[in-house]
Amino acid sequence: MYDFAYQKPGSLADAVKVLSGDPDAKALAGGQTFIPVLKQRLNKPSTVVDLSKLGLSGITVSGDKIVIGAMTRHAEIASNADIKAKIPGLAHQASLIGDEAVRHRGTMGGSLANNDPAACYPSALLALGGTVKTDRRTIAADDFFQGMFTTALEQGEIITSVELPVPQKSAYEKFRNPASRYAIVGVFVAKFASGVRLAITGAGQGGVFRHTAMEKALSANFSPDAIGGIVTSSDDLNSDIHASSEYRAHLIGVISKRAVAKAA
Amino acid sequence: MPRVTLTVNGKQHTVEVEGRTLLVEVLREKLALTGTHVGCDTSQCGACVVHIDGISVKSCTQLALQADGANILTIEGVAAADGTLHPMQEMFREHHALQCGFCTPGMVMTAIDLVESHPAGLSEKEIREGLEGNLCRCTGYHNIVKAIAAAHPLMHATAAE
Repeated sequence: MYDFAYQKPGSLADAVKVLSGDPDAKALAGGQTFIPVLKQRLNKPSTVVDLSKLGLSGITVSGDKIVIGAMTRHAEIASNADIKAKIPGLAHQASLIGDEAVRHRGTMGGSLANNDPAACYPSALLALGGTVKTDRRTIAADDFFQGMFTTALEQGEIITSVELPVPQKSAYEKFRNPASRYAIVGVFVAKFASGVRLAITGAGQGGVFRHTAMEKALSANFSPDAIGGIVTSSDDLNSDIHASSEYRAHLIGVISKRAVAKAA
Repeated sequence: MPRVTLTVNGKQHTVEVEGRTLLVEVLREKLALTGTHVGCDTSQCGACVVHIDGISVKSCTQLALQADGANILTIEGVAAADGTLHPMQEMFREHHALQCGFCTPGMVMTAIDLVESHPAGLSEKEIREGLEGNLCRCTGYHNIVKAIAAAHPLMHATAAE
């Protein structure tokens, strides 16, 4: 690992100032992806800004929404009683990330800001139609993800919380790489009175995406059979040593049906 | 050079570190607590698991400075002061839950947190899932699972006293 200066600011304004003033400064949330990246020398920050003292952790229910602080750990999301009751798909999803020790450190905000194409949370945020709150604005999920490892966040912009509407039904189904535990295909489905949203992670070259054909069919009939005949094109899907794009396209159909069956 | 203050196994230490110094490097190289192992250095194997403020964490995936002011428990601090083994260590011995022993410190630290955080009981499936982040290259998982299941009632009986 290259050496760097380390700062742990005590206020959001101070953290934004350091990160905005230096394009080589990087934010550290839980570090479960970032520290391995630093070890591999894939990133050479001048300063690492630890966000753990900004008071960004916690889960609150606010009307028909759940608000999750950006520094809330996966383990807290997986075990939180309100999330289990209101968005069971999200609690289940958090319980499948990494392993026990990783879930004790990794954060929702860190995962969303990184936007790894195989990360789990982007699918929940997108399927739930949530919003990302930052130090300066609110960004809708549909605008937040802008391709692999790319988001709408500006230099120095820090996620403070995530607001998720409570759906009528939700489920997450993940086909894991047996070694890395990352999603080869992960499907989050959410049913609202206004319709169904379904987002897929792990498969797309551009990162997480919504499957509009399935959403349309499920909004008319929320059952696995409704999407049995929908063929997903393998264009724009990832192909690697673990799974070809054709295999991922097939898995999207299978895993989506399982997710709907679990939610229904 | 920045300084970090840690309470490790009940004893406070202040050491000089670099920004990039990992917690496991402080434990092993500065404090000579070599019971915490580095197996893979890529967050996969769990040989480096310690408790930070009571929670199991991979100390190879944590900067020392992040842990400033924290209470850290390593495998060296698990047994009683008089040398009496922790019930989890005792059950690992009883059930022969180790072969080469390299993964054992991390297994024990993960297992203690797992049992402490599940007072109502742990199924075999929950134990196996709880060990997902700890790899044993001797593939001795069966006896590790047995040891943890056996330690559960002992640990909660002790806690209730």
